[in-house]
This record gives sequence, structure tokens and C-alpha cells, in this order.
Amino acid sequence: MSEGHAATMAAPTWQGGGTPLAVGHKKLGMWLFIISDSLTFSALLLTYSYVRVANDWPTPFHFFPSIVFSTIMTLVLLTSSLTMVYAVSAAHHGARRKAAKWIWATAFFGTAFVVLHGYEWLHLMHDEGMYPWANEYGTPLFGGTFFLITGLHMFHVITGVAYLGIVALGYRRGKWLPEDVEVAGLYWHFVDLVWMFVFPLIYLLSTSVE
Amino acid sequence: MTEVQPSKEVAEYTEVHRHPEPKSFLWKYIFSVDHKVIGIQYMLLAVVAVFVGMALSLLVRLRLVCPECSYPLLGQFFPVGAPEGVMTPEFYLAMLTMHGTVMVFMVLTTAPQGGFGNYFLPIQIGAADMAFPRLNMLSFWTTFVSFLLLMAAFVVEGGAPMSGWTGYPPLSAVPEATVQGIGQDLWLASIAVFCIASLLGALNFIVTTLDLRAKGLTMMRMPLTCWTWFVTAILGLLAFGVLLAAGVLLLMDRNVGTSFFVPAGLVVSDKVIDHSGGSPILWQHLFWFFGHPEVYIAILPGMGVTSHVLSTFARKTVFGYRAMVYAITAIGGLGFVVWGHHMFVSGMSPYSAFVFSVLTMCIGVPSAIKTFNWIGTMWGGKIRFTSPMLYSIGFVSLFVSGGLSGIFLGQPTVDLYFHDTYFVVAHFHLIMGVAAIFGMFAGMTFWFPKMFGRMMNEPLSKIHFWITFVGVYAIFGPMHYLGMLPHPRRYAEITSVDYLGATGAAELHMFITVAAVLTVLAQFIFLYNFVKSIFAGKECREENPWEATTLEWAIPSPPPHDNFAGKVPHVYRGAYDFSLRGAKRDFAMQCNDDKAVFGEPAPQASGD
Repeated sequence: MSEGHAATMAAPTWQGGGTPLAVGHKKLGMWLFIISDSLTFSALLLTYSYVRVANDWPTPFHFFPSIVFSTIMTLVLLTSSLTMVYAVSAAHHGARRKAAKWIWATAFFGTAFVVLHGYEWLHLMHDEGMYPWANEYGTPLFGGTFFLITGLHMFHVITGVAYLGIVALGYRRGKWLPEDVEVAGLYWHFVDLVWMFVFPLIYLLSTSVE
Repeated sequence: MTEVQPSKEVAEYTEVHRHPEPKSFLWKYIFSVDHKVIGIQYMLLAVVAVFVGMALSLLVRLRLVCPECSYPLLGQFFPVGAPEGVMTPEFYLAMLTMHGTVMVFMVLTTAPQGGFGNYFLPIQIGAADMAFPRLNMLSFWTTFVSFLLLMAAFVVEGGAPMSGWTGYPPLSAVPEATVQGIGQDLWLASIAVFCIASLLGALNFIVTTLDLRAKGLTMMRMPLTCWTWFVTAILGLLAFGVLLAAGVLLLMDRNVGTSFFVPAGLVVSDKVIDHSGGSPILWQHLFWFFGHPEVYIAILPGMGVTSHVLSTFARKTVFGYRAMVYAITAIGGLGFVVWGHHMFVSGMSPYSAFVFSVLTMCIGVPSAIKTFNWIGTMWGGKIRFTSPMLYSIGFVSLFVSGGLSGIFLGQPTVDLYFHDTYFVVAHFHLIMGVAAIFGMFAGMTFWFPKMFGRMMNEPLSKIHFWITFVGVYAIFGPMHYLGMLPHPRRYAEITSVDYLGATGAAELHMFITVAAVLTVLAQFIFLYNFVKSIFAGKECREENPWEATTLEWAIPSPPPHDNFAGKVPHVYRGAYDFSLRGAKRDFAMQCNDDKAVFGEPAPQASGD
């Protein structure tokens, strides 16, 4: 392909009457939402680092059960991203049933993550006495940041599971397009990516090394 | 107008956004997905909010000039805040807080962007609707819920919060510190909901601007109004997410028992508060990271409307269109790196203050570019002094007056003196409040014939302009002097402060209050003009009464349901082709090709 051809391919889109970024509205919209949402999480993580350096920060997590548990959760979430990739790939090949199956698999792993996370929360509350307003390890803000950030992330996962369910049904019935599956995938990978920040910053950095 | 037959792909492209015109009242006017109806809904919300906000400001003014005066009617509505009609200091602060919140969020953020932007962005770029019509409806109704939550703060036990529109902790974070309880929570909930509505709206604006421009409408041919709505949307997208996080943190501090913003050892009413570890400065960082871009969210659309109107009525192309676009984006970009200048006295390293100060001064450069270009646009033009033109010239005046005091406040050393005085009040009211409002007046009078197919009454608009223009200077001009005394803001009464009494502050306050009452009364002229003109204004069915150039003036007034009646417009030129040499008329619309403008044979084309 000649250079001139590439230029004419690229140029007209910014001239109006087309999409300049060569993606659909929904995909562009989702990217913008992700930018906005990542700023919300950034603000919370910055808050976390601010109060962390301003306080004598505790390191209450032991290798077992907390780190083992959260590592399993991380693997579950990563697996869900993998199944989402398969779903998007199947959708782009027009394999509706197959794509729907992979989406359900993703939703399953997402649900598993939420269940494991809920179990982890209950464990911390009941066995370790850790609450948003108090804990036995030191500054109460430890619990505050932990439950707020993981809670908001969990809210995103739950929303994502519902979203995936809608997409799976809609796409299976032919109401939605392959790109809709991809857009849902974008959201799902973003939620996964947020966890990749939360896991080391909240969990691993608060592990007591014995 | 000139049209091209839609190619198959273009037809399919716009088809996605064409929804059938609803017939029932509920779907046509209430839960409408039509951007024009949603735009008007935003405007009406802002009109209601602005009168609430003005009423609150009058209460503030009345309390200042006469702390012991009794207003029996007020006592009936607010038996706690104003027992027997006498306003308590807490009530004064609550009114101040609500005035700021209502004005900033419900007026200055909704009307220029949600109102005018919603109505005219799609039309000016030649689109049938916004990219996500249903999301657009959702944004408005979410904003409406936010407004109701805010209003509910008035009627709950304890009344409205008093921590200022900035909601500074610890006052806002520690329930024991104030007489209000649930009011502050409602305020926070309202802000959080507003954030969600705004960032959904912003997302919609950005996608619409990028994806839905008509063929031939390059970014650099867009009207400057569209540029400002676009950049404003980017600011909103990036800023509101951070405020949302801050709001959630503060809600947790109040209701879950965390202490993100409450420091250790805080004593309230002789009792040590059982919180530790947090920092009120953290809130200030998060808040002003949103708060400063918010100033530009309020003012940028007004700049766009002003550029647009000045060019149209000076019959000249915008002086330095490209420089204007770069200035808009520069102001937007710099808006994110100057939040620290709100915190010079909050305990900041002098090195940080220096950096924030230099960056703040940098904003003066694009601002000056814009100002000189506005003057350059008018310079030597055949100016038509219509009411939108007057409001726009008023905008430039207020923008310069308010901007100059910003140079004082951006210096950390000078700000140490001026911080939290009336000098600041004068500064931000002129530049953010009144200038932006003048931009909206200009937009309303300019686009009124397009929206309603009728004209507003010109003499009434002009009377309203002159009273308001003189009035706002009478209100905010003397405040600069008060600030230099220095007279601290947020004081509920000044009678017991000796040095203020000796310098004539009380008399000035009386003057300001009288001016404020008169200026507020003058707004009823505009309201009357607005409401009456919708139903009984001079009928104006012609498409282009102002002889303007942009696409909205190429379609009927009011526009049909899908704006261009199924015909895809084509754009041939930049947005401000006035006084073209050799042209048949003194202007060329964006949808006119050279043949239509110059006749045959076509001479060389005009530039973009």
C-alpha cells in the first residue's frame, strides 16, 4: 500500500461524515468512561497513599490466609479476562452461541470473585475485627481505605456481571452486535486492570513479613 | 440550503440516530430523547435554580446590612434558622453555602453546557441528535434528582449545610461541629449524583463532536461554540470523577466512621473528637483538582458564545480563529495544573506555591489572546448593536475586570493578604459568575428565534442589559475595596468589628445591598421577556434572522424533530465567513458552496 493511499485513508475521517478514530460510538464512549472511572480510582488510591504516609501504617495481612486467598481471587479475575478474550474473538467470527458461552464463563468467574471476596470480607470482620471505622492493628484508616477501595471495585465487578448477562442474552438473540461484546470486554478488562493495582497496593504492601 | 444526496453509508450512519417523533406528551416533553427538548429542560432547570440562588444571595445581603432585622415570613418558613424572622449566623452561612452550590452546579454547569450545548452542538455540527440520545435523557433526569436532593436539604431537620460550596472539612465532616445533620449528607449525595450525571453528559458531548460532524466539517471549521462545548466536556469528564471520589470519602467520614479528612486531636465544643489520621488538606487537594476546572466548565461556553456573537454582529470573521482554538484548549489544559492556588494559605511548601503561581500566571496568556482577538474581531467591523451583541461585549468587559484581579490572587504573597476577603468574592463573581451569565444572556437572546420561532423583545432586552451591566459593577466593584481593608468574607455581621466600621465598610455594604436588590429585580424583566416571548413574541419564521453563517440558521425555526429533515448537510467552509470580497451577500453560510456564494463563474475559494 502506497503512502499516498494511507494518507487518503486516514484523512477523510477527520473531515466529517465519519468516525475519525475508526471505532463505533459505543466503543469510544466506553473508552471515555474508562478514563473518567480510572480518575475516580486514581483519586482513591492517591488518598490511600496520602493517609498511608501520614500515619503509622499497619501490615496485618499474613501469607495465610489473606495473601493466598487474594492471590486465588486474582487468578480467578485474570481467568475471567481470558474467557472474555475468547468471547470477543468468537463474536468477531460470528459464532453467537460460542461467544455467549464464553461470556457466561466470564460472568461465572466474576461471580466467583465476588463470592470469594465477600467471604474474605466476612473473615476479616468476624475473625480479625477489621471494620471501616476500627481495627486492632493500628490506624482505623487502614480499614477505611481497604473496605472503600475493594468495595468500590467489587461494586464494579457486580455491575460488570450484570452487564455481561445482558450482553450475553442480547447477543445470543441477535439484538446486539459483535462490537457490543467487545465494548463489554473493554469494561471487564478495565475492572480487571483496576484490581491489578489494588492487589499489590492494598494487599501485598500490607503483608507482614515474618 | 445546499444539500447532497446522502450516500448509502451516510444514510445508514444517520439512521442510527433517528428515532421516531413521539406523539404522547410524556415521551415528547418529559422523557424525551430529543436533544432539543433536553436542552430546554436543562435551561428551565437552570432558570428555576438561578432564581433560588438569587433569593438566597438577597438573604445573605440582608443579613449583612441588618443582622437584627426581623422578616416574619422567613421566620414562618425557617423557625430554627430564623426564629421570629431574625436570621441566625448559622442560617446566614447556610444560605451562603446553598447560594454557591446552587449557582455553581445547578446554573453555571447546567445552562451553558447541558442547556445551550445540548440544543445547538448537534445542529451546529450537522447531526440528527447526540451520539447517545437515551444517555442524554438519563443525564438530565439524574441532574434533576441531584437538584431535588439539594433542595431537600432546606427542609430536613437542622436545615441546609453551612460549610460553603467547597464543603471544607472538618466542618463538613464532623456532624458534632454544626447544627445541621442530614442536610450536609443530602448536599453530598446531591453533588455525587451530579458528578455522575455530568460525566455521562460529558462523554456524550465528546463522542458527538468527534463522530457526528457533517461531511466537510473538519475540526478547524467548527464554530467556536462547538470547540468550547467540546473542551468543556473533556474538563467535565476528567474533573467530575475526582469530585465523585472525594464526595464518597466525605460521606464515609460522616456516616461510616472513617476519618479521611478528620485530623487527630480535633476539639469541637470542648470535646475531643474520636477520630484520627486524616487531613482536611487532602479534601482541598481533591476538591480543587475538580474545582478549578469547574471554573472553566462554567466560563468556556460563554467564551464560545461571545466569539460567535461578536463575529456575527461585527460582520467580520473571528480574528485569529486558530489562536482562539489553541487558547481554548490551553485554558482547559492549564486548568488542571493550577488547583494549588486555592490553597496558598492552607499550609503549602513555598516551592509548590511558586510552581502553582507560575502555572496560574500562564493562564493569563491564552486569556489575553482571547480578549485581544475579541477586540480584533470587533475592530473596524460594521457592528450591529443587537441585544446579544451587547451582552457579549458585556461579557468581554466582565471577563477583563474579573481576570485582572486574578493576577493579584495568583501571587502567593499577595494572596496571603487577600485570601478569604471580599476581594476574592469580587474576583470570582465577576469572572465566573456574572461573565458566564452574560454569555448565557447572549446565547438566549441570540438563539431564541431559532428555538421558539419568535423574537425576544429587543428594547426590553436592552433595558435589562444596561441595568444588569451597571448593577453587577455596582455590586462587585466596591467589594474589591472591602477586600483591601481587608474585610473577611463569610462573616455574618460586621457591626462589632471596629476597624471595619471606621473605614466605611457598613455604608458600602448598604450600597451593595441596594444595588443587589435592584439588579435582582431587573432579572424579572428578562424573565418576563423570556416567558412572554415564547408565547406572544414577534413571530419570526425566517430561517436566518441574524444573517449568521452556521448550520443551525439553515434549518426552519423551530427546527424539525431530526434537525435536518432527513437531509444530510454538507459543509464547505469555515464558520465565520463574513464580508467576503466578491460574494453576493456579505456572508456565506457553512453549507453554501462557492457557486452559491459567488455565483458563476466561481472565483477562488475562501480559506477555512
